[in-house]
Amino acid sequence: MRAIENVSRRGFLKGALASGAFIIGMQYLPKLVHADGAASANGISDTVFRPDLFVGIQTDGTVYIIAHRSEMGTGIRTTLPLILADELDADWKRVKVEQAIGDARYGSQDTDGSHSVRDFFDVMRQAGATARLMLTQAAAAQWNVPVAECVADLHTIVHRPTGKKSGYGELALAASRLPVPKKEELQFKPKSAWRYIGKGTPSLDLKDLCTGKAVFGMDAHIDGMVYASIEHPPVLGGKVKSVDDKEALKVAGVQQTVALDPFKPPHAFQPLGGIAVIANNTWAAFQGREKLKVEWDDGANIAYNSVEYKKQLQETARKPGKVARNAGDVDAAFAKGGKIVEADYYVPHLAHASMEPPVAVADVRADKVTVWTATQNPQAVQSEISRALGIPKENIICNVTLLGGGFGRKSKPDYAVEAAILSQKVGRPVKVVWRREDDIQFDYYHAVAAMYMKAALDDKGKPTAWLQRSVFPTISSTFAPNQTYGSGGELGMGWTDVPFDIANLRVENGPATAHIRIGWLRSVANIYHAFAVDSFVDELAHAAGRDPLEYLLEVTGSPRNVDLKAIGYPNYGGSAETYPLDTGRLRRVTEMAAEKAGWGKRKLGQGAGLGIAVHRSFLTYVATVVEVEVDGKGKVRIPRVETVVDAGMVVNPEITRAQFEGAAVFGTSIARTGEITATKGRVDQSNFHDYRVARMNDAPVQTNVTIVDSSAPPGGVGEPGVPPFVPALCNAIFAATGKRVRELPLSRNQLGA
Amino acid sequence: MIRFKVNGVERTFDGDADMPLLWYVRDLLGLTGTKFGCGMSLCGACTVHKNGEAIRSCITPVGTLAGAEIVTIEGLAGNELHPVQRAWMQVNVPQCGYCQSGQIMQAAALFNKKKRPSDQEIDQAMSGNICRCGTYQRIRAAIKAAAEVKA
Repeated sequence: MRAIENVSRRGFLKGALASGAFIIGMQYLPKLVHADGAASANGISDTVFRPDLFVGIQTDGTVYIIAHRSEMGTGIRTTLPLILADELDADWKRVKVEQAIGDARYGSQDTDGSHSVRDFFDVMRQAGATARLMLTQAAAAQWNVPVAECVADLHTIVHRPTGKKSGYGELALAASRLPVPKKEELQFKPKSAWRYIGKGTPSLDLKDLCTGKAVFGMDAHIDGMVYASIEHPPVLGGKVKSVDDKEALKVAGVQQTVALDPFKPPHAFQPLGGIAVIANNTWAAFQGREKLKVEWDDGANIAYNSVEYKKQLQETARKPGKVARNAGDVDAAFAKGGKIVEADYYVPHLAHASMEPPVAVADVRADKVTVWTATQNPQAVQSEISRALGIPKENIICNVTLLGGGFGRKSKPDYAVEAAILSQKVGRPVKVVWRREDDIQFDYYHAVAAMYMKAALDDKGKPTAWLQRSVFPTISSTFAPNQTYGSGGELGMGWTDVPFDIANLRVENGPATAHIRIGWLRSVANIYHAFAVDSFVDELAHAAGRDPLEYLLEVTGSPRNVDLKAIGYPNYGGSAETYPLDTGRLRRVTEMAAEKAGWGKRKLGQGAGLGIAVHRSFLTYVATVVEVEVDGKGKVRIPRVETVVDAGMVVNPEITRAQFEGAAVFGTSIARTGEITATKGRVDQSNFHDYRVARMNDAPVQTNVTIVDSSAPPGGVGEPGVPPFVPALCNAIFAATGKRVRELPLSRNQLGA
Repeated sequence: MIRFKVNGVERTFDGDADMPLLWYVRDLLGLTGTKFGCGMSLCGACTVHKNGEAIRSCITPVGTLAGAEIVTIEGLAGNELHPVQRAWMQVNVPQCGYCQSGQIMQAAALFNKKKRPSDQEIDQAMSGNICRCGTYQRIRAAIKAAAEVKA
């Protein structure tokens, strides 16, 4: 980890210090420029005491904390600063949080993979403890008493023997002149002294979000900016053959059109190319686009048709694939016979469809670029714009606004690069606004996947052999051409880490070529893997005439750590020692969810049923029981969901619960209607009428979230709620109707009588 | 020349009468609390009040607004927050928050007519508003709490 450095003591800042004011280089100043043109005032950049990149204290006692990761609804902008504030023993009411610009010195800012708390819990505590110790030392020196007699108490340092007090603001300047203590000198608060961690604190943006004041990427505005809407090649890799913009230029407010170059493979995070319409407001830019006449050279991906592609994937899934994990001898065990059960599962492409479409403002001046955008990954914005414009990364400032949802889409900065290229070309600040149609048709799609499952059961119904094979276009295809097999990371999401206690078990993966951009979406490959594995266990339970809960626990086996070292299991970047795959934790959440749902104890009506699934992802264990009611016409209602979460230590239970409530709705969207298809390389769906997502009247009515009390190291909470939901729902539909859903979405299934 | 009021302020407009109210308030007035989500009246992120009724500003041409009283999220609160806004805060409804201006405007129009709507009435009023983060159960809880919520 980067050493904490007292930036107030840097030699080049001595002059500033002498005058009692502390200024750090302007590149640290996060600036959000709004309609009024005013930058954020009195920020962390001119705080007096700044022992670390993440915290600064002003002489009036205001504590500034940097949120360096992106806020897209997971509450991370509140939760990480809260950890620091707790360790500092700061009064949360006197804390101001500033959003960091993109800067590698913060460490990773790529806010995905549900690892913000996991990776930065210790960093935040160390920063808080460092500042607290220095304030304590400053007070002790002023009072000429031993440091050991002084303690922090809510924004003040208290001398215990005399009761003398001094506020953090009063001590800030003196503290800034002290050497930064070594990590070994720091004393961390015991859990019993935590004020905020584990208690539940609402989002610090709550009021702004309820009054329309919160600033999203869509709301970024700088004086003199023009608006751009871009017609992208409808087929991936397509190029402009000819363009007629005469009618477009006649639209009132349209200023010009600009051609954007196609990408050079691999497409990675590059813009798709196309024709941009530049106008003096968003509406005019949209109208101009309607009038554009573009002829495309579609390229090879015109051959992509999702109906045929589905068949190919399913055929591939029935052929031997690349072995990703092998235990015992599956073929020999199958040859011995027993009851053989086979099933094919299918999950189509999905789109992110965050409520705020991709949007960015860029202002390019000679060799300096300033960007305001809703991004999960500001450092990627810097590096991609640097590559596209040939301007050094250090000259690119990426201001991060609030994100109107992200779900993985906004880790890819193609839209911000478009804004920068256009700004350079037109010589003015440019705001690029994607329409919903652009968002749905030019996404980095969640991969379509086909899974084949086969098991042999002994006379008690226990699996003696288990084979699973998945086939999907890999995310790696986005970064390197001709990648056809799933990466270790994708296969490590609910596939190679299948946790069951089965002697003969083989995990395979087959090849698939990508024809549209593939990317990660909330919980990634876990979506289709968990759907296949947890549905198949349920199928086996029924084939064996057993209760699905009891059977799931039996297959999970006794509490143990599953050793996956031999296959180099990536374990979401966590070490196997700190984050073992612990079947005891899987069992516990399963049992708790069943108990909360009254599994086996409640009498359900005609057409009603319960389904259960358990899944570990992002180092968090989640079991979900879904209750459904299916009417004679096949209409599915979801009156209740019980979810039990073991995410290790949870910093913000209130926000965590909200994440799992939301995951049930996200899962509902996937299950009910989530389907992107393509014809002749063009995505068929375009807006919320044909890419439908869950609304209030088809979402679960009540999702109850139970958080397991744990002091284990923290896991993720943003994504892990999604994977078990869909199979639990489909298992419930089977319990209610006897109809097995093997292909998503439900809208493609006939569930009526 | 079209005259109407936005948040109590008299406005005149002589531009393209087809321009949707959404882009007028966002790009021309700088009132960015009202959000763009779909442009087709499918998601409700752009919901505002016209003469007290919830409407989708993304498909409402400014040319149809002569004499209308428009209220956006910025104008919903008087001296204090609207009860629906207070309930939203009490229940911690928003996640990313992007759709919540529209959700609140939709719910406020319902509340102004009926303080204690039934579950069915809430579903009916709110199912045109999409929340991709999935805050629906908290939205329902907040609407139910609004009648009781303290200033």
